[in-house]
Amino acid sequence: MKLLFGRPAGLTDINQRYCPGCGHGIVHRLIGELLVEMNIREKTIGVAPVGCSVFADEYFNCDMIQVPHGRAPAVATGIKRTRPDCMVFTYQGDGDLAAIGTAEMIHVAARNENITIIFINNAIYGMTGGQLAPTTLPGMRSTTSVKGRDVVTQGYPIKVCELLNALDGPYYLERVAVDIPRNIIKTKKAIKTAFQYQLDNKGFSLIEILSMCPTGWGVTPVQAKKWIAEVMANYYPLGELRNRAKEAK
Amino acid sequence: MPEVKILEEVCKGCGLCCDNVCPVGILRLAPDRINSSGYHPAEITDMSKCIGCGYCYMTCPEPAIEVYK
Repeated sequence: MKLLFGRPAGLTDINQRYCPGCGHGIVHRLIGELLVEMNIREKTIGVAPVGCSVFADEYFNCDMIQVPHGRAPAVATGIKRTRPDCMVFTYQGDGDLAAIGTAEMIHVAARNENITIIFINNAIYGMTGGQLAPTTLPGMRSTTSVKGRDVVTQGYPIKVCELLNALDGPYYLERVAVDIPRNIIKTKKAIKTAFQYQLDNKGFSLIEILSMCPTGWGVTPVQAKKWIAEVMANYYPLGELRNRAKEAK
Repeated sequence: MPEVKILEEVCKGCGLCCDNVCPVGILRLAPDRINSSGYHPAEITDMSKCIGCGYCYMTCPEPAIEVYK
């Protein structure tokens, strides 16, 4: 019997402490598989954020550093400029990237820094207890918007990919999801493309991944999966927003 | 013949693999037993029908599923 699919060598043997049905585990596994498939595990440095994935440094079987809230792109810039031979990625949630890390995110994209950002968008602050995040949908309930997000007082969500697409800097921007196998395969392909562009010294890439947070949303994992396809993907349309490699052709 | 092995102690019983993911529909959450964390783990009802596509592994966040052939 030959192992066809199993825990990749890019992940450690530690069992992840995420809630049942959390999308983080799926994205962790995809990155772990790619570290092995692309043979880059030995030269990869990951930057873990603050949030549920704060323990990502324990889960990825490559060099990792854990940084203060929102500052992952700034630290990644420093790592990449001192070690340009390394593959550098940051792994950030929406509270980390789109709230306190907005300035870092925009400027790293404007500078076309040669790093990859893996951005997990679950439309809520997961770790702190399901509060309203910058990406919470209009009308969506959270512990700080119990009647649903009111756009008059709480404003509109930030569409990170569209925001960065207004800049000239970024090389590759794509939005994907991890709800069904077809989209999970597309997610893996997008991350692989982004890593390859970085290895080719093309420049900045950001992959936004719509992910489930059943605990924060107060639903079952299966309901959360359906909610991504039925509601979230309508507000955050999936697809490639920017690919300079294709534009050049 | 492909074979799916479910690591029951790792499984958190989220049920993502059991919801319209398996093309032959042989996955379900075990109704009669729990693991040491208190979750109903996923189980295979009829291994002979498995086609080894790996979709269950793909949707598993842990990953608690291994596919052999």
